Amino acid sequence: MQTAATPIDNSPGAASSSTATKIKAQNVDVFYGDMQALYDVSVDIPDRMVTAFIGPSGCGKSTFLRCINRMNDTIATCRVTGDITLDGADIYDPNIDPVQLRARVGMVFQKPNPFPKSIFDNVAYGPRIHGLARDRAELDEIVEKALRRAALWDEVKDRLNTPGTGLSGGQQQRLCIARAIATRPEVLLMDEPCSALDPIATAQIEELIQDLSSRFSVVIVTHSMQQAARVSQRTAFFHLGNLVEFGNTDDIFTRPSDSRTEAYITGRIG
Amino acid sequence: MNNPSSTIDLVRASLVRRKRKERVLRGLGLSAICFAFLMLATLIVSLVTSGYSAFVQTHITLDVYVDPDEIRESRLPRGGFDDALTASLGTYLADVDLSDRATTKVIEKIFSNGAQFSLRDLVVAEPSLIGQTIELTVPVSDPYDQLHKGNIDRNTPEENRRLNDLQIGYFTQLVEAELITKPLNWGLITNADSRFPELAGLKGALVGSAWALLVCFLISFPLGIGAAIYLEEFAPKNRFSNLIEVNINNLAAVPSVVFGLLALSVFIGWFGLPRSAPLVGGLTLALMTMPTIIIATRAALKSVPPSIREAALGLGASPQQTVFGHVLPLAMPGILTGTIIGLAQALGETAPLLLIGMNAFITSAPDGPLSSATALPTQIFIWADSPERGFASRTSAAILVLLGFLVTMNAIAIFLRSKFERKW
Repeated sequence: MQTAATPIDNSPGAASSSTATKIKAQNVDVFYGDMQALYDVSVDIPDRMVTAFIGPSGCGKSTFLRCINRMNDTIATCRVTGDITLDGADIYDPNIDPVQLRARVGMVFQKPNPFPKSIFDNVAYGPRIHGLARDRAELDEIVEKALRRAALWDEVKDRLNTPGTGLSGGQQQRLCIARAIATRPEVLLMDEPCSALDPIATAQIEELIQDLSSRFSVVIVTHSMQQAARVSQRTAFFHLGNLVEFGNTDDIFTRPSDSRTEAYITGRIG
Repeated sequence: MNNPSSTIDLVRASLVRRKRKERVLRGLGLSAICFAFLMLATLIVSLVTSGYSAFVQTHITLDVYVDPDEIRESRLPRGGFDDALTASLGTYLADVDLSDRATTKVIEKIFSNGAQFSLRDLVVAEPSLIGQTIELTVPVSDPYDQLHKGNIDRNTPEENRRLNDLQIGYFTQLVEAELITKPLNWGLITNADSRFPELAGLKGALVGSAWALLVCFLISFPLGIGAAIYLEEFAPKNRFSNLIEVNINNLAAVPSVVFGLLALSVFIGWFGLPRSAPLVGGLTLALMTMPTIIIATRAALKSVPPSIREAALGLGASPQQTVFGHVLPLAMPGILTGTIIGLAQALGETAPLLLIGMNAFITSAPDGPLSSATALPTQIFIWADSPERGFASRTSAAILVLLGFLVTMNAIAIFLRSKFERKW
């Protein structure tokens, strides 16, 4: 079963439609059992840009992120209403297989979570289960490319067969990014990818995010407003389950239209 | 009081009390452990002191003249093998008259009842031995075995002794002629059960237990893991799955004799499977082991960090790929540990096997899961019930063998646990 996905052209020259909407969410409500976690969220996430979700703890930004690749399906009590479309196709359509969706929408988690397998096997896992490589040579190529894009290749090329869990925290997170982009997703979701990392590793990851946004639509949840300001072009501010403000990052940080956004940015709430 | 040192004084005062409590707790813990070790040591020491003599067996080595008058090739395997043995033994003893029936009866009893069959098997295998003299090592019968091991006090009045002065006199002559040896008792594991303690061994029980455990493993391992994976990873969390969970936990606590009765009525009564068969024993033990495996597997699956599941699912792995590719391999050490402990429990289980007839007297090792057999614990039960002196030490020896297997299995479980332990 093939969905109406438009194949993404990854060549550098094809960046003209950079403001096209990749993901469109309309009136999304999320409930955990009887508790409502998100209220009427509508947001357009552009292609080939970095969109940052900011807001205080428990504001629903991670919940919304996990709606985009239906990771919330794994929580039995979680219920999502409203529409989320990817390239115009409803991702909560009963005909959409979440497995297929997640192959198109990759995810990087807060805590680096490499599989307790070799570095190579970590990166090769996605291509293997989706059958992206016809033979070993092709698989090697995919793995190398993913590791290069994740700026990890030079550090690990001589020890691809050592366990991924033996790397440092920052390296592990870059390994997870390499693993996520090895399946050539169209969207990369990142849930506070730098919260467990030191400043140097954070800087590396941020550089990487910038680089990746030339190919994918990147959505990043972050606690750090500086990080949002540094890496993103669009910013969404969530507060108590509501999407308070969404717009160009520059505007949000310099001319917030909502008083709550201003209060958060200047450090008065949070 | 606004004394600035009041807080520190209060802390100091309570510190004495707290430290005393800690000392008491440590002392209690230590004494509990000491008590447990004392009990264990008592058990082991009593088993070893009563069982060690069963690990050696008194044998007699003598030259036997295979008398063609008694044993004729045309009549094999029949023949006067016992008479040939008695006659040969008579040549080693002074002042015996082999034509006296009463004397030969006494001499004959020095040999184990199985000695004539050992000779017979040799001759049947090679009939050319007839007419020749061969050296033969055979066990002596239980009273002489006990005498040689020092379990019969020669100072006891003759009428209260199992062997009279004449018998002891004969045996002493044989000892002085250096015919009597006391080698390691391989018969304990290479012989099947026997009426005669000097011949009785654990082979039937070991093979029976092995078959039963194999059947138990083949059934309970896949079923238990399958049930646990379904319950833990796929089943919806509702009242019904809660009910199942409670029932499985209860099943693990059901007395084993109940499983024996169930097996008796279902496997033997309805399905018509043979009595005393290791297959039925294994099925019964599987019923008991399965809840243990399910509980251990669920605990092991639960302990796999959710981040691994999220990582796999986030890459687009299906739930089945996530479970079998990532979660199950990581849970395997815990599952194996639980399984081995479950199997060790099954190995020691007695009551259900008694009910399905695995305590029968069977003198040959089973040649398959459907032939009659005993198991180690039921063999211990049978021997413990036997009046012969030789069985007392053999019971203890059999318990030691069983304990040896249990310790080995638990050691493997600990080894697996430490070998595959992971840091996240």
